[in-house]
Amino acid sequence: MNPNLIIDSSYIAAAFLFIYGLKRMSSPVTARSGIVVAGWGMAVAVAASFLYVFGVSEEARPHLWVNVGLAVVALGVGLGWAWISGKRVAMTAMPQMVAIYNGLGGGSAALIAAVELLGGHATGVVEQVVTVVGGLIGSVSFAGSVIAWAKLDGRINKTWRIKGQQLLNGTVMLATLAVGLYIVFGAQGHAPAGVVILFFAGALVFGVLMTMPIGGADMPVVISLYNAFTGLAVGMEGFVLQNPALMIAGMVVGSAGTLLTLLMAKAMNRSVSNVIFSNFGATGDEDQGDIKGSMKPAEAGDAAVQMRYASKVIFAPGYGLAVAQAQHKLYEFVKLLQDKGVEVKFAIHPVAGRMPGHMNVLLAEAGVPYDIIFDMEDINQEFATADVAVVVGANDTVNPAARTNKSSPIYGMPILNVDQARQVYVIKRGQGKGYSGVENELFFRDNCNLVYGDAQKVMMAMVQAVKELGE
Amino acid sequence: MDAHTTITGFVALYIFMLAAFTGYEIIGRVPAILHTPLMSGSNFVHGIVVVGAIYALLNATTMLEQGIGFVGVLFGAANAAGGYVVTERMLEMFKPSDKKKP
Repeated sequence: MNPNLIIDSSYIAAAFLFIYGLKRMSSPVTARSGIVVAGWGMAVAVAASFLYVFGVSEEARPHLWVNVGLAVVALGVGLGWAWISGKRVAMTAMPQMVAIYNGLGGGSAALIAAVELLGGHATGVVEQVVTVVGGLIGSVSFAGSVIAWAKLDGRINKTWRIKGQQLLNGTVMLATLAVGLYIVFGAQGHAPAGVVILFFAGALVFGVLMTMPIGGADMPVVISLYNAFTGLAVGMEGFVLQNPALMIAGMVVGSAGTLLTLLMAKAMNRSVSNVIFSNFGATGDEDQGDIKGSMKPAEAGDAAVQMRYASKVIFAPGYGLAVAQAQHKLYEFVKLLQDKGVEVKFAIHPVAGRMPGHMNVLLAEAGVPYDIIFDMEDINQEFATADVAVVVGANDTVNPAARTNKSSPIYGMPILNVDQARQVYVIKRGQGKGYSGVENELFFRDNCNLVYGDAQKVMMAMVQAVKELGE
Repeated sequence: MDAHTTITGFVALYIFMLAAFTGYEIIGRVPAILHTPLMSGSNFVHGIVVVGAIYALLNATTMLEQGIGFVGVLFGAANAAGGYVVTERMLEMFKPSDKKKP
């Protein structure tokens, strides 16, 4: 049988399985089976790709067995490392793992472009332009994702900004593009290795420069953007290699990722260009005006007892909950309240956690069923009818300043209306500010009390207090 | 690859256009609760780049090409495997309230 026929059939199967798998992933009921379906698509495509051994070019034939050996080793090492690291990573650290895996994909696409350009394989102007652009996007995605990973992982803490940053970025970008133009039109696709390396070096430097000034709060948008970038780069290299599976999968991810990026940016009330070009968080040191009122502390036990006798309690969890590893204790407390007949709901802000939906994952990990978890727009009007709203480890997403204070950097961001509940408790480590560095007006409101302490210990105290009440 | 699957000019544009709409439609109707798993899932899907890297490596003729191809396959494989494991772990945890209900 013709190996090319098998390869092509397997690519059709893979493309179908990817799209069908993603479709199944878009509902919580079928999501789990969706990734398995997509996984089979990948397995089929990778297995079939080894049939290329029957079709390699004459020049490559003497190297074939070395190449096959290298491919098997690379596949084994890459797969093994990622499998183990993926299994081990804590759910709180997941965004940076997604960032690094994504960056590696972008890097892989860029390396394909490098092989094509160094070997002079790409013929025709269109192919060369697509190779160069794909290589550029892939390199930016690689370098940017690595920086995003380092920032989220706490390896780079400073947002690095210099005067004339945008001028520098623009210069590097233009210089890289100029080298790219030279490769296509100057050297007709047969540029010397030095020039090709210079091109990729420029693209990598640009990726670093572009990501360094972006603050941690904006990282989810950036990761999502680079996810879309990698998709586009993969699609483009797929065209160069005449591989429809890469073209389809890459483009599906490219557009899905772009839409997801826009949705995320919208949830934060920022445009994507705003995220990339403005220096959010730099305003943190500025005067944000005086806030009236004072912060009033409360005991965990007292708060728990009030919730025990309330009829409706809404929890607004944030990333701090996950950092304190308090999800399990929180759910234990929630179950206790439910046993006493209290109606309990969870309200999730679109950017709670470090990525949209990250908080849902963290709650799901603790066993919280997804049908008592609500998105912001579905639950926001319910706060007015809630007896108690409890903010656990969240800050910016519940700051009323976003509604009223025009000088606040988070002004205009949609927030959870926890301040409309009869009583608000905020469980918090200390008096620090939120991730954006903005003072929270909510804490100074009359109906708000702060329960200081580690979220896990506070939850344990709350469980204890309710249990001691008995029936 | 052989000439019988040549994808040029407008055919490529058609493929890109239809694939783009497909991606848009899939994400457009997803509840926010699944955004992270879906981002991770799409991250897995572009791990297909490993197939392209394998092709490039198998056709490598110089040490330089072999080296680049090797790293390309390594990166692509890590993208695919890591994306799969993380997504699967996340989705495994989503469960409805009443687990006993058939």
